[in-house]
Amino acid sequence: MSPTTREGGLSALPRAVVGSRLPAVLRSPTLQGFVFTAPLLLLFAAFVVYPMLSGLYAATDPDSYRAIFGDPVFRQTVSNTLWYVVVAVNVKLVLALLLSGILDYPFLSIRVLAALFLIPWAIPALPGILSFRWMLNSQWGIFNHLLTKLGFESVPWLAQHDTALAFVIIFHIWKYLPFWTIIFLAGRRAIPNELYEAAAIDGGGVVQSFFSITFPLLKSLYLICTLLSMVFTLGDFTVPWLLTGGAPGDTTHVLATLAYRYTFAMGRLEWGLSTFAVALPVTLLFIGMLMRWVKI
Amino acid sequence: MLALTLVILVWTLFPVYYMVLLSLTPTNDLFQPALYIDNPTLRSYVYTMGQDNPFVRYFWQQLLTSLTVSLWTMVLVGVIAAMGSFAMARMKFRFRRYVSGLTLFTYVIPSSFLAIPFFKMMADYDLIDTKLSLILAMVTFATPYALWVLSDYARSLPPEIEEAGAIDGAGTLATFFYLYVPLIIPPLIAIGTYAFLYAWNEYLYALLLLTGEQHIPLPVAMSNFLTTDNAPWNLLMAVSTVYSIPPVILYYAFKRYLVSGLVSGAVSGT
Repeated sequence: MSPTTREGGLSALPRAVVGSRLPAVLRSPTLQGFVFTAPLLLLFAAFVVYPMLSGLYAATDPDSYRAIFGDPVFRQTVSNTLWYVVVAVNVKLVLALLLSGILDYPFLSIRVLAALFLIPWAIPALPGILSFRWMLNSQWGIFNHLLTKLGFESVPWLAQHDTALAFVIIFHIWKYLPFWTIIFLAGRRAIPNELYEAAAIDGGGVVQSFFSITFPLLKSLYLICTLLSMVFTLGDFTVPWLLTGGAPGDTTHVLATLAYRYTFAMGRLEWGLSTFAVALPVTLLFIGMLMRWVKI
Repeated sequence: MLALTLVILVWTLFPVYYMVLLSLTPTNDLFQPALYIDNPTLRSYVYTMGQDNPFVRYFWQQLLTSLTVSLWTMVLVGVIAAMGSFAMARMKFRFRRYVSGLTLFTYVIPSSFLAIPFFKMMADYDLIDTKLSLILAMVTFATPYALWVLSDYARSLPPEIEEAGAIDGAGTLATFFYLYVPLIIPPLIAIGTYAFLYAWNEYLYALLLLTGEQHIPLPVAMSNFLTTDNAPWNLLMAVSTVYSIPPVILYYAFKRYLVSGLVSGAVSGT
């Protein structure tokens, strides 16, 4: 089968057979392509492009930027969001890359471990967050109970900025580590075994084969996963909102929760929109990079 | 190695174990934290099922709302992505590049960035508090990945499909329905499950678009427990456990399809 027929798809069909019953206009590949992608295009135009443009249009007032940049909560939020995105995503992906190496072994026990390991990904975020929240409760949480039993001071985990933000990061890692581990596991399995056998003959150890074979071959996958995960995390609402809700004293907001607070608790719609607009340039840069590498 | 395995298991399972443990804890023991309980009780589940507490007054209705939204999302995403993938993988047409770009853009842009304008738009059309508004949002955000996975799979199919269709004298539509759709059933199961779970797990859009105890889906109802100080946590954890069961069953039932489908989409992107 030559590549041209494969590439050509439907348009490579013998015209006489397929088109005999249709008028010429309806045989046009452009029209057929349009018909089959019309639902998608309508959906994206109506619910992505239009809200995006209308949101940007409503966020053009320089006063709202002056207002949010003057708000200490906003400045704190930007710093929180950066911490969240940079630390959570990178720690998670390094761990995922290493764990995918362990879960790659073909033992039965490892397969059982791998199946159990996926549970945080299988259950929705909300029950997990609620469980963490109760475990971290200053008075009745299991963490403080165990700490005091071991003779330590109890810690108001979610009632102070640093530990609250740390647990937003920890929860994110708990919930999403399995997914990215699977992705890297698949990436590893796509590497031909011969490469490792050759390295073993040359006398390379596990660490050496990781740096000379695994990592160079997974590098682009790793980079794409980092970008994707960073963009997703940049817009995360659920985890910070339900774990801390911005508490204590609005110090643990991230962009999405602050925009929600501006819009719905304070009635400042244009502030909410401007909060996202501030993050848009870096988001678009990331999306642009991804679109160069990934094709649908 | 054993120690590492143990650490991974505790890290992974403890929050889940603790959730189930709390759901079985009698209310009197709730404020005495422990790693296990002496007198487990199913009372919280009985209250939940019987809607026998103000917090779970509309439990079944909320569950039904979650289920309805998720099933519609699953069906619509399946149809739209099946059609789209046929065009993207098996046809050559002029503006293909733009469809691809727009899809990827929708996949990558965080849905929360569009939440406020989307909310405003739905308010303008008077669609707030309707399941339709939430379904539209879920279909929009679940479609790109579904299209990605399906198109990727479809590209690996041999060109004989169209040739066989051509020999039988089938037009494009007949080729799509009788030859193409049966061949993409495995990834269709994967993306159907993905779309269902996407809608089932969604919180932000559900919070914004649906209000009132009788209209909200389960996750929003659960988060409403948190607005009071005296929330019955054992009851909340019982609801949490029930809410987690469908995704876990779906996940383990379709694991084979789900993992291979999702992963092939992600890996081949590189």
